[in-house]
Amino acid sequence: MLGLQDNSIFFAYILSIASALICVLYGILNWNRGADNEADEIRSEQEWENEEEAINETL
Amino acid sequence: MLFNIIVVSVYIAVLSYLAYIGYKGTKNTKDYLVGGGQIHPFIMALSYGAAFISTSAIVGFGGFAAFFGMSLLWLTFLTIAVGVLISFVIYGKRTRKIGHNLGAHTFPEFLARRFQSHGIQKFVGLVIFLFMPVYAAAVMIGAAKYFEIALNINYLAALFFTSVIVAMYVFFGGLKGIMYSDAFQGGLMFFSMLFLVIYTYAQLGGIVEAHTRLTGLAALPEVAEQLKAIKMPPVFNGWTAMPEFLSINWLVVVTSIVMGVGIGVLAQPQLAVKFMTVKSNRELNRAVPIGGVFVLMMTGVAFTVGALANVRFFEDTGKLAVVAAGGIDKIIPLYLSTYLPEWFGAIFMIMLIAAGMSTLSSQFHAISTAFGHDLVNVTRKSERQQVLINRLGVLLAFAVTLSLAYYLPKIWSGAIARATAIFFGLCAASFLPMYTGALYSRRISRLAAWIGMSAGFAVSLFWMCFVHSSTATALGICSALLDKASLFDKTCRWSYVDPIIVALTISAITTIILTFTLRQDLDQKHLDQTFNGI
Repeated sequence: MLGLQDNSIFFAYILSIASALICVLYGILNWNRGADNEADEIRSEQEWENEEEAINETL
Repeated sequence: MLFNIIVVSVYIAVLSYLAYIGYKGTKNTKDYLVGGGQIHPFIMALSYGAAFISTSAIVGFGGFAAFFGMSLLWLTFLTIAVGVLISFVIYGKRTRKIGHNLGAHTFPEFLARRFQSHGIQKFVGLVIFLFMPVYAAAVMIGAAKYFEIALNINYLAALFFTSVIVAMYVFFGGLKGIMYSDAFQGGLMFFSMLFLVIYTYAQLGGIVEAHTRLTGLAALPEVAEQLKAIKMPPVFNGWTAMPEFLSINWLVVVTSIVMGVGIGVLAQPQLAVKFMTVKSNRELNRAVPIGGVFVLMMTGVAFTVGALANVRFFEDTGKLAVVAAGGIDKIIPLYLSTYLPEWFGAIFMIMLIAAGMSTLSSQFHAISTAFGHDLVNVTRKSERQQVLINRLGVLLAFAVTLSLAYYLPKIWSGAIARATAIFFGLCAASFLPMYTGALYSRRISRLAAWIGMSAGFAVSLFWMCFVHSSTATALGICSALLDKASLFDKTCRWSYVDPIIVALTISAITTIILTFTLRQDLDQKHLDQTFNGI
């Protein structure tokens, strides 16, 4: 199929494209999920970023 | 040549401008987090993808695909399914949450705080510091091999040229990973690869016609003669078929390349830290589609075009790609400079610089934090001493990387893919079981993590030094001690089984058994803090 000699290569070819499409689908379905406590998330991320900056300063 | 210089100059000017506005715009982290939330998942995905996919994947693994065929597309499938989908959703979300709960900033620190062990931090830091240069060398070889062909200079000069660009990028601000330039580089990589695949298929008469011509190649008697001359192990079934089950080719393709890199991606220290840089799971959800499509475009195109290069070379010169190029790592550079339009050669060159730099900067960031933050623990010293120790660590790692980039191509054909697979395999065998346990099990104890990690690391190293034919021969430890290249002779299949298969199995089984049999040595309060909000 598709000019490929072996079915397993055909599956690898199709599955590669299909898995990228699944990634797209996953992103669309979950686009707004996972941001319940945004204020808390931002605060903890801010603390983490401040520490990260301090580490990077020494690099 | 003049055109190449103009394109590279314009690229460097654009990059400097974007780095400047990016730096100015994100100087205040709080403003960035609150106001710039829209752009974050896009940047995270591209930055993850650009750190993961490098000259190693495009030049090295693309060359491997020209040699072994399109069976490498199974690696493309795994890099998307495992490297993006499982990695972001199953590993990324918990890594981000637990990393923040425990205040971890590096992969060694993450594992150390999770298991309350400074020893783990130092051990993981040491493994990264000692072995990451092997992978960094693979990325450097990829860029240098391209410059060798594209600029028509010798390998040593090409390596010097590459190392100057890397040094400039890494030492003068590249470590901070400025977001606009990351997105620009990722975008450049995406469109270059898109053009490459469309152009290649169009030149060969379309998708089906191109594949059919590649399939037909294997049956030609001249091809059989050339395969014999390059000592292709039997039985080779062609470029559009899987190698025979459990044959030497199958073991190399499936155990080293597909499994080694496809599974190894889950426990990559420089990639795992990227999860801790996003502000919520929503950003990870949004990063999945971008990462998936980006990785498909990078690896899928490199492996397909790599294999199809055989058709162009054979029809033009009567030689297979590896014969015409004189080595696996030179196939992609030669194909691009011979069969693609000249203007594209210049664009592709800056694309490769982009691909190489984004990966090398995250590798050297991981090496320098492993050295300064995890191994030496410089926070106890004065600021001046901290900076000095960190710089010393990076310089040392840079010198080792450069030496490896010089010597590895002399001892291995396909050095890029082999060196990459070594590091990915070693990380997976040592860290993956404990990392998985750290994210999902309240039962896993410090001792179980320690023993599982040590078993994976020890078996991996033993297999590399004494059993796995290509690494054992290169390292020379077995021949120095036992007077033979590896414990099994070259006809034995075990000599071709990649260390990851044996070492990861042993470390996973050890970790699982000990998790359920050993008494928990971490206190309940710590576990509650770890899994807070999960």
